[in-house]
Amino acid sequence: MVDGWLDYTLRTVALGAALLGGMSGALGAFVFLRRQSMAGDAIAHATLPGVVLAFLLTGQREPQLLLLGAALAGSAGVLLWMAITRWSRVKQDSALGIVLSTFLGGGVLLLNLVQNRPGAYQAGLNHFLFGQAATLLSRDVAILAAGALGVGLLLLLFWKEFQLLSFDRPFGASLGWPMQRLDIGFTLLVVAVIVLGLQSVGVVLMSALLVAPAAAARQWVDGLGAMVLLAAALGAVAGVSGTLLSALWAGLATGPLIVLCASILVLVSLLWAPRRGIVWRQLDRLAAQARLR
Amino acid sequence: MASHETRPAALTVSDLTVMYGEKPVLWDIDLHMPAGVLMAVVGPNGAGKTTLIKAILGLVPAVAGQIRIDGRPYAEQRQRVGYVPQRGSVDWDFPTRVLDVVMMGCYGRLGWLRRPGKSEQAAALRALEQVGMADYAHRQIGRLSGGQQQRVFLARALMQEADIYLMDEPFQGVDAPTERAIVGLFRELRTRGKCVLVVHHDLQTVPEYFDWVTLLNVRSFACGPVAENFNESLLRQTFGGHTPWIGDERLPSRVSTTATLPAVG
Amino acid sequence: MGASLEIQLIAVAAAVACALVGVFLVLRRMALMADAISHTVLLGIVLSFFVVQDLHSPWLLLGAALMGVATVALVEALQRSGLVAEDAAIALVFPALFSLAVLLIGLYARNVHLDADVVLMGELALAPFERVLLFGLDLPQSLVTLTGILLLNLLAIGLFYKELKLSTFDPVLAATLGIAPALLHYGLMALVAVTAVGAFDSVGAVLVVALIVTPPAAAHLLTDDLQRMLLLSAGIGAGSALSGYWLARWLDSNIAGSMALMAGVWFCVVWAAAPERGLLALLRRQARQRWQVAERVLALHLRSAEEEGAPNLVDRLPERLRWEPKFARQVLRRAEANGLVQYQAGGLVLTERGRQQAGYSSSRITGSS
Repeated sequence: MVDGWLDYTLRTVALGAALLGGMSGALGAFVFLRRQSMAGDAIAHATLPGVVLAFLLTGQREPQLLLLGAALAGSAGVLLWMAITRWSRVKQDSALGIVLSTFLGGGVLLLNLVQNRPGAYQAGLNHFLFGQAATLLSRDVAILAAGALGVGLLLLLFWKEFQLLSFDRPFGASLGWPMQRLDIGFTLLVVAVIVLGLQSVGVVLMSALLVAPAAAARQWVDGLGAMVLLAAALGAVAGVSGTLLSALWAGLATGPLIVLCASILVLVSLLWAPRRGIVWRQLDRLAAQARLR
Repeated sequence: MASHETRPAALTVSDLTVMYGEKPVLWDIDLHMPAGVLMAVVGPNGAGKTTLIKAILGLVPAVAGQIRIDGRPYAEQRQRVGYVPQRGSVDWDFPTRVLDVVMMGCYGRLGWLRRPGKSEQAAALRALEQVGMADYAHRQIGRLSGGQQQRVFLARALMQEADIYLMDEPFQGVDAPTERAIVGLFRELRTRGKCVLVVHHDLQTVPEYFDWVTLLNVRSFACGPVAENFNESLLRQTFGGHTPWIGDERLPSRVSTTATLPAVG
Repeated sequence: MGASLEIQLIAVAAAVACALVGVFLVLRRMALMADAISHTVLLGIVLSFFVVQDLHSPWLLLGAALMGVATVALVEALQRSGLVAEDAAIALVFPALFSLAVLLIGLYARNVHLDADVVLMGELALAPFERVLLFGLDLPQSLVTLTGILLLNLLAIGLFYKELKLSTFDPVLAATLGIAPALLHYGLMALVAVTAVGAFDSVGAVLVVALIVTPPAAAHLLTDDLQRMLLLSAGIGAGSALSGYWLARWLDSNIAGSMALMAGVWFCVVWAAAPERGLLALLRRQARQRWQVAERVLALHLRSAEEEGAPNLVDRLPERLRWEPKFARQVLRRAEANGLVQYQAGGLVLTERGRQQAGYSSSRITGSS
């Protein structure tokens, strides 16, 4: 009986991690190509005050409610970031750092307030920072599945718009597409995916799940469609293998293991991907030198 | 496309003024380009040449002025304008094939939610053939030479099936065969009644490649047929005495070898 | 010294130390490297802990600083490979190293007091409990450490001010003048790493990012002068630290989080109100420019209409300039009030002043290119 229960939990968690890795991999391909890799990190950090405020205001711990709070705070962070870059001389990277640290600071402040109260919110900062994949229930997996479906559908529907947005924004604007609105819409979609991932991998590591599968996939393929599919697949692989490793060494946090698996995929891709890989390029160089001699 | 072909278009820009803060970039530009004309836009660095194209396309806001195509407001006629941005404006390491880039030319026509199909793919291949790049349709764009990349951009503009083409320095850093191919393409477009506005850097080739010229330096110093508007005194006014061939008596006439000279500026 | 004063002193020392090195990071557009370093120093601490087996050994500081420099080197190597862009390089390196640190703690150091969330958030309120005797004075350990780091930063910036300034604003010129940009660069990064380690030991990694990035960015909205920017940045950092401390005390909450929040609040205040680059100044300037430009455009068009001998332009003005009729009327009213145009016998004509304005406009434009 116990074994069966464990298997069921493990299956649930693995499925959740696969769905999360898949959707963040697919969306992350565009984030990576748009050079917004660090924006994911900032957005993830910016969600904390939203989670705590949602709890403070309603006194409930409904995951959906907390996710909504996270999404609102993440969106506010994104818009503040865009506003700072647009209407001041502060550069993108500094603006990201400001948004990230201010929101997270505010979140920590609020969280501490909550924790100091009687009947406190005991989930704690640790869960939010590093996620708690092991606590995924089938209801959470259903939400993740709906999210993955939604992301897939939106990418299909707005494929050519997102393609223009990532490759040649001025050309898209010259065709009459509302590029600014597409940009905001896309970034809000990123916010949504990050929020969905918080429960499993947490704030600190969610950005890695967006960027790492994309960076690995880019080395192997040359087409956008292929890259998005491969990134989704690699993200799912990282999710599942991280979950399994965590089950193997009971007690090791799932989030960091997922990120480590994704990072290993990146490392292998950077070294060994045909043509682009560092190893192959070095071999080519050696061969060329040999020919010259 | 056929319906457009029978109705050649003219581009009229009147009183166009663009400011960046308090600094005028374009001041009170009047410009007319009739159908079937190849027009070079020439001027020193910082003269607002690229801004002119972007203002026509509505990519930068104008404080005054209007753009009309055949007397109708630009916004209604957007589909009839094709655009070739500077080659350096995109990341050529982007994971995409030549054919995909060319297909982007029809995205404006397709509108929301519709995806390009078989007929669009055939049109993209035809456009690639026109620029001599049919063999490269499935190649990754990062593995093209500069000239080939430029031709891909041209094919994408052809894919727009426009009547008016705006091109930002298509000759920048391309090899001689590509330069000849582009000139050939211009002439073909001209015979089909299209008009092409080209931001151009190489003064030497203006008389050879173009029919009309606009001399631009924040203000427009001349706009009309090359024969009447491309002379030393006007150029001197435009460039403020820094004309590249001041002191050289002969204006370049038909020196085909100059086609391979590096661009001025 | 009371605990309250000690905490404030520690906070100010950390804030000023961060704000000073932060100026150079922000100007070099490497703000996010601070984020990366402040996370990866955890791995440095864990690894050096495995070697020395003592959580209070100064070697931990060294190990952490080395890891900070290694992070920068790794990010830059990845970027140089051309396989990923700079932002992606950062986003790949630091989560990987940070994950490794978290897992190592989970595997081998669980019973040690090395909590990842303490590392991120810090516990400034507990800082006065660890004390050290220095010159016969009983001082909090972190105050001594942070003051030392602050002095180190001041010394380094003071000694290499010229070189840092030049290599920040013109790295090419710096290289040709024989200043080794790479050496300076890694020196600066080592300084950032040491500062981050020293600060996050007491105030946490997040606060380090807040104090390294936010005060310099705010200071940059106030001045172009590097010396003044350093001073302002230090001042804003200290202000954030103190206001954050009192906010946290008032709310009875986490001091580090409160300081980060206040840094952001001060940034927003500066952003809104900065005399030249603030939002309010920007809005005011835009409104003023809009009318000035419109009046000049009007004058120019009236002049060219005069030259062409064209009849009264007023009726066609909205259409010709693509102006809303209401806007055109407003412009006309303002131009009349400013003495640029006047109505004569029902028609609109340019005054001498208006003609000058039009002439001045176009000649200035020709000259400006």
